[in-house]
This record gives sequence, C-alpha cells and structure tokens, in this order.
Amino acid sequence: MAIIEAHGLARTFTSRRQTVEAVRGVDLTVRQGEIVGFLGPNGAGKTTTLRMLTTLLRPTAGTATVAGADLLRDPVGVRRRIGYVPQAIGVTAGGTDPNCLVGEEMAIQGRLYRLSAGQAAERARLLTDQLELTGLEDRLCKTLSGGQRRRLDIALGLVHAPVVVFLDEPTTGLDPQSRSNLWEHIAGLRARLGTTVFLTTHYLEEADALCDRVLVIDNGKIIAEGVPEELKRRISGDVVTLSVSGDPARAKAILTGHPGVREISADGRAIRMTVEHGEEALPGMLRALDGDGITMESIQLARPTLDDVFLTLTGRSLRDDSPSGSQGPAETDDSALASAGRSHQ
Amino acid sequence: MTATIVTAPQSAAEQDQSGPVIFLADTMLIFRRQLRLSLRNPVWVIVGLIQPVLYLAFFGPLLARIASGGGMPGVSSGNPYGFFVPGLLIQLGLFGAAFVGFSIIADWRAGVIERFRVTPVGRMALLAGRVLRDVVTLSVQAVVLVLAGLAFGLRAPLAGVLIGLAFVAVVAVSLSALSYTVGLLLKSEDALAPLINMIVVPLMLLSGIMLPMTLGPAWLRDVARATPFGYIINAMRDAFAGHYFNSIVAEGIGVSVGLAIVCLWLAGRAFVRENA
Repeated sequence: MAIIEAHGLARTFTSRRQTVEAVRGVDLTVRQGEIVGFLGPNGAGKTTTLRMLTTLLRPTAGTATVAGADLLRDPVGVRRRIGYVPQAIGVTAGGTDPNCLVGEEMAIQGRLYRLSAGQAAERARLLTDQLELTGLEDRLCKTLSGGQRRRLDIALGLVHAPVVVFLDEPTTGLDPQSRSNLWEHIAGLRARLGTTVFLTTHYLEEADALCDRVLVIDNGKIIAEGVPEELKRRISGDVVTLSVSGDPARAKAILTGHPGVREISADGRAIRMTVEHGEEALPGMLRALDGDGITMESIQLARPTLDDVFLTLTGRSLRDDSPSGSQGPAETDDSALASAGRSHQ
Repeated sequence: MTATIVTAPQSAAEQDQSGPVIFLADTMLIFRRQLRLSLRNPVWVIVGLIQPVLYLAFFGPLLARIASGGGMPGVSSGNPYGFFVPGLLIQLGLFGAAFVGFSIIADWRAGVIERFRVTPVGRMALLAGRVLRDVVTLSVQAVVLVLAGLAFGLRAPLAGVLIGLAFVAVVAVSLSALSYTVGLLLKSEDALAPLINMIVVPLMLLSGIMLPMTLGPAWLRDVARATPFGYIINAMRDAFAGHYFNSIVAEGIGVSVGLAIVCLWLAGRAFVRENA
C-alpha cells in the first residue's frame, strides 16, 4: 500500500523578478513500512519537496496523497496523520524551544495533536523511554547535547504515533556515535511500529545504513532511484586522486588503461580515477608513473561517497556549487563529518 | 527500549478540527506555553516597566510644576497626573508590544514555528495565543504603573482607570499582532529593530504623550491628527477625568478597535500564509 504518492510535484519561487524552479516535477511512491532516503546536495530540492509533502509549502503544480489524505484538498487531514522533524542545520534548528523544559515540549506537542493531558503524558513517558531521554524531563532544551536534542526533536514528531514520519536531515551536525545511535532508533521505529520513514540526507553512509530505497535528487528532479547497493555499484571501486608535479596529461595517458582503472579525469594537476581494489592497484600505478619520471605530490584513496555517486551521475561534484551562503557552516560540518567517517573505514 | 506497541487513540486524533471551541482550546495551549516562558525569564517584563516608572519619577514632577503654574492648556493644574499617566500607559503599550516580534524570529530560528504549523492546530490560534500573552503581560504592567501613579498623586475614578486599561489592552492587541507580522515576514532582528523604532518613535511623539499637542503649531496638529494614538490618549484622559460619554471617548474607541481589526487581519494573513 502506498503511503506517499506524488505526481509532477513542482515548486517555483519568485524573488527579485527572478524565477527559481526549486522542484521540477517529482514523481514518487513510498510504500507502507518503507524507509526511504531522499539524497542530494544542498539546494537540490530535498527540503522543498519535503515541505510540500508536509503541507508547509503549497506546490505550484502536481498532486499528492499522503497517509490517505489529499495534500491540496485536506492539508489538515495530512497534518493529523504525519510526523515531521525539521532540519537542525543552517538558519533554523530542529523544532524545540531552547528555554522550554523537555517535559513541557513533550506535553504540549501531544496536546497540539488533540491528545488529552493523560494521553499526552502517557505517550511522553513511552517516547522518553524509547528514545533514551528518561531523566531529562526537567532540563531546559538548550542544556541537552546535540544527540539528545535531536532525539527529542524526533520524539516530538512521534507523539501522536503517526503512520509516516518525515525527517529532514536527521543526523546532520551530530558526531559519529550519536549518528549511529540515531540510526538504530530510526530503524527501530519501523521494526516496532511499522512506521513509514521518509528522510532526507546527504550522507551515502546514512542511506546505506538505514534506507530500503534511495531517491537521488539534483536540480529539482529525481535523477536516480534504487537500493543503496545498486547506487554504489554504479561507482564500483575506490576513488583515487593523485597530484603530480610533472605533466598531468602524460600521467593521465599512462594511467588510462592501467589494470583496474575505470574512469579517469584530470583537473589541473590532480588526476581523479575510479579504481577497482584501489589499495592493491595503487603500487602498480605508482611504479608505472615513476618509470616515466613523473613524481607524485600527494595520493588519496577513498571509498565511494555520495559525492562520487553524484559526480558519476551528474558530472559535477556535490561541493562545487553550494548554492546558498547561509548554509556555509553546515557544509563545513559535513566535510568534517565525512572525513571523520572515512577515517574509521 | 521496550517492545510495547502503543498507538494514539484515533478517536481523539480524528475529531473535528474547526470551530470556536477548538480555536479557544488551541489558543489557551499556546497562551499558557508563552506565559510560562515569560515567567521563566521575567527580566524583560520588569525592564519594560522600568522605563515608564522612570518617566513618572523624573519627568512627572517637572510637568506637575508647569501645570500648577497654569502654563499647560488642557492639563488640569490640580491633577496633572491625570494627563500624564494615560500618556505613559500608551508609551508602555507602544514599546512593550511593538518589540514582541523579536520572539517570533527566535521561535522561527528554533524551528518551533514550523513544528507547530505541521500540527493540526489552527494557525490563527498560534497568533492568538501569543497576542493574548502580550495583552496579559501589558495589563499587569499597566496596573503597576497606575498604582505608582497613585503614589505620585494621580486621582481618577475606578471606572475611568478601568476604561483606560481596556484601551491599553486593545492597543497591545494591535501592536503585538503587527509586530509578529513584521517579524515573521522579515525573519531578521537586524531589520526589525530599526523598522519598529522608525514607526513607533514618531507615532509616540505625535500622540502627545508628554505634552499636549494643542501647544504645537497648526501643521504639527494636522500631522498628529492623521496618526491613531492621539485619539486614544485623549479618550483615556477624558476617562481618567471621569467623562465617559462624549465624542472624544467614542472617537478613541473607534480608532483603537479599528486599528486592532486592521492589525489582526494583516497578522492573520501572515500566519495563515503558506510559506511564512
């Protein structure tokens, strides 16, 4: 059974006589009990699509049914049945008031969903237990750690036991431990309650660890869709980046056709390759270059990341054109996290 | 983690969403939340009260001296505070309510506005609960100011004072609704502060809070007549003097209620708007 079904969903923004097509005709289906990841760089249209599906933004075109209610004709019906956890990066935070007590936030959220005071308290007890927030009820939200605060954001989105929950960048900005802890909680949601989860992310690892299916969005359109393994197979191999002091064109010529090298491109003095079994192929590649008198300035070997999936799908890097300056700090966080994640591998 | 499965009772969640009862219940939920937040950090309520009390203490005696010499047309030489306190009440209302827009920007930053907008709660209730909190806060401040005025020598009938406080409450509704609207549209404290100052300071000067506008030249009186607060202050002064049924009070009621309706309408549009 489809919990979310959207056809031709589109949204254009007009500012200063300029029209921006943030989302250009998205079709998607999410079945009951699925965990689906919406993957893409900042500005790709992930959040805009999510805001349309959660009734925060009216689509300029298209139709959708969410949790059995028509998005355009019955937005309140949609709101009653869905949970939404806003992103906690960039300009806005994840939805809790820093000066409210944890317990207060849980209580009012339940009441806003029309639960009685008793029902709201019951749900709050259950969720604080499930999301490991017990004992924090009398703390101000601003005193929580990043991971605790994010778990609280998520608990608030679940107060009314929604059939589907939308998580916007649930783990961005968290340290690796908090992230994997949150992944367990999100996976547990589906396992225990059969809750459908629709989340946005720009981490391939996150999609990998969590999602049954991934939709890749770029420039307002879905450009790929599939299970994470399938997406990674398109890359198949490690990403090797060499920086040479000699002539990069010659280096490129030498390495093209070298065993294991699949894709190769030169950018300035850097040569970027997709190499099968990179760590085994690397010594041979270096010997070949050395034999031709080309010396190396630096060598990098990495597992494929979303960035690489992206590069393969679009020919562009995820970080080349970060569209909004206001999300700068979030970008920095990302790269820090991404490299931290990589060093664990 | 427990393995219990608890689903929210559907009967409660599927109830009718509209209607005045639900609206009032939602409004009270938001009101109580906002009030609790104010009480947790009452320093702003106190700071807001200090300014008019300082005027009362440091400016009131000067005014009383001039008035007792008969140098102020329209100011009773026997009861200058009956002139001065209504002005200070409006000043309190102007500055107390005009800056509440900052809090909605903070809420928007925290993601609280978005979070509430995705719940079934009516969006007008999100506004009404906040405005109600501001009205209650300001009314309490106004009562304190009137009591301080009594200590300085204000003499006014109780009915007149109550009418005056009602005017303050209506002004608070207008300005707080307007401030939330502008805050929600601008989403920037840096833009909101100068804008509010640019609007509120001239309005305050032109309303004759400190000195009667009748002292001014004709052009200044004409400009003042085009702004709303002069009418409201004059009506309050009449009420403090014990005159309740005349054209000045009627004008004051008309202007204050009209202003509140316009401001609430604008605020309603901003709050119900899709992308606010």
